[in-house]
Amino acid sequence: MVIWEVASRLSTVPTFMFPGVLQVLETLFNGIINGQITGAIFQSIGRLLVGFTIAVIVGLILGYLIWRYKLVDDTLGFLVVALQSIPSIVWLPLAIVWFGLGETAILFVVTIGATWTMTMNTTSGFKNVPTLYQRVARTYGSSGFHLLRTVIIPASIPQIISGLRLAWAFSWRALMAGELLGAGGGLGHLLETGRSLGQMDLVISVMIIIAIIGTIMDNVVFTRLEKNVQKKWGLS
Amino acid sequence: MYLTLDGVEKKFQSNTNNEVKVLDDISFEVEKGQFVSIVGPSGCGKSTLLYLVSGLEKASKGKIEISGEQVTKPGPDRVVVFQEDGLFPWLNVLDNVTYGLLLKKMPKKEAEAKATEMLKLVHLSNYADSYPHQLSGGMKHRVAIARALVMDPDILLMDEPFAALDEQTRMALHNELLEIWRKTKVTVLFVTHNIREAVLLSQKIIVMATRPGKIKATYHVQTTQDGYTPDSVTLDLEQKILATLEEEMEKVLKEELGDDYNFKKSDIHRDTNGDMGSGI
Ligand SMILES: Nc1ncnc2c1ncn2[C@@H]1O[C@H](COP(=O)(O)OP(=O)(O)OP(=O)(O)O)[C@@H](O)[C@H]1O
Ligand SMILES: [Mg+2]
Repeated sequence: MVIWEVASRLSTVPTFMFPGVLQVLETLFNGIINGQITGAIFQSIGRLLVGFTIAVIVGLILGYLIWRYKLVDDTLGFLVVALQSIPSIVWLPLAIVWFGLGETAILFVVTIGATWTMTMNTTSGFKNVPTLYQRVARTYGSSGFHLLRTVIIPASIPQIISGLRLAWAFSWRALMAGELLGAGGGLGHLLETGRSLGQMDLVISVMIIIAIIGTIMDNVVFTRLEKNVQKKWGLS
Repeated sequence: MYLTLDGVEKKFQSNTNNEVKVLDDISFEVEKGQFVSIVGPSGCGKSTLLYLVSGLEKASKGKIEISGEQVTKPGPDRVVVFQEDGLFPWLNVLDNVTYGLLLKKMPKKEAEAKATEMLKLVHLSNYADSYPHQLSGGMKHRVAIARALVMDPDILLMDEPFAALDEQTRMALHNELLEIWRKTKVTVLFVTHNIREAVLLSQKIIVMATRPGKIKATYHVQTTQDGYTPDSVTLDLEQKILATLEEEMEKVLKEELGDDYNFKKSDIHRDTNGDMGSGI
């Protein structure tokens, strides 16, 4: 930080392109107080939650179908692997044509990016449920939906959580890219605003916020959840 | 006759698409309330035999009947205590034990009372709220036993249930098992590696041969079972069974050493651990 501040003061690049630490912190602080950054945060998180939730639900359902039906596995299962390898932002042009450049297009990209990972993790979680658990349940008379609810789903929780974590990361990246290119506010859009106004202090402030949110979700929420679950499930 | 196996054969698809015969022409009968042990070398198909009786696996040939009715699917009247504990890690001890009871539509209160009672019997009443990962291996096994016993099954299928326990606990549980067996008249099919255990607990002992798994000999135990005092009769029987099994073990060893000898000659670069013990 000190090096950053000193480098900024000494460098020949004008300060609006390479602002110092203090200036960035000031902008960050003001942005949070006057609502410019705070508003963008809420807008982005809101979108993310909607897209992420849809992706998780769709992923769980598709994952279940692929696990349950051989035919679906042979067709859709294969397709999902292919779709999953497409970076989500690649969907944006299509989304813009289908929905216009707006809220729906961004939501679409956010959702689609996370859906395939979620699907794949759900399928593999279901497929890897130890035979022993299923045998135990069946000797006690469980079958069908009861078996799914009391054994298959709980036994796949560790994999499903890994899926959630990946899905979150995918949709977070897709969201930023989508907002940067599309219209409609949010942190990504604020970045774009900062760039066009030549306010690098704003750009860096937003980047800091993005990094903080990403780290909190990944390290605090998901990693902790994953660790607890793995311990309880006897996986580590 | 209560439980009848008639010419039962079990084949498994091996990965090379060949069929491997694991059990061949198994026929025996068990009376209601009888305690029958099955001993045999590792890999001879003891677990598979229990799965067939439980209905988890289907016989490739032959018939398995209980009171004249063919076994087609698993049911809570035939409960298995698996070789591995198989507790659900996402449920605490109490919920693991009530799992089967709730499936039988028993009211939750009643199920929990019954489960608590059974946990007391296996000396784990203080652990009702613990999760399996907080228990030792032996404790987990005792929970698994409680989970099966609490069901009041007609047939109890036990796959080396006491192998993971220390001597003291094992003896205590021998007594509990015999007590429960006498009280409930449950029919027990008990797989074990421990010949003394088989002799002390059971009325009938089936010794199996391997590759494919067959019945090699059947012994009847004459003394009254009390679970811990060997006497001259049981000691004598132990020796007899041991001799029978040793023949079988020799066969297994010969086959394995034969393999070993062959591959040494044919391919010296292979990993020395390659095939050794694959059948153990
Ligand atoms: N699902 C399966 N598919 C293919 N082969 C199997 C399957 N289950 C068991 N086998 C084979 O059947 C044979 C008998 O297995 P089983 O588990 O019944 O032996 P076991 O007598 O219980 O051995 P142990 O005393 O070590 O528990 C083994 O050779 C094993 O490889
Ligand atoms: Mg076995």
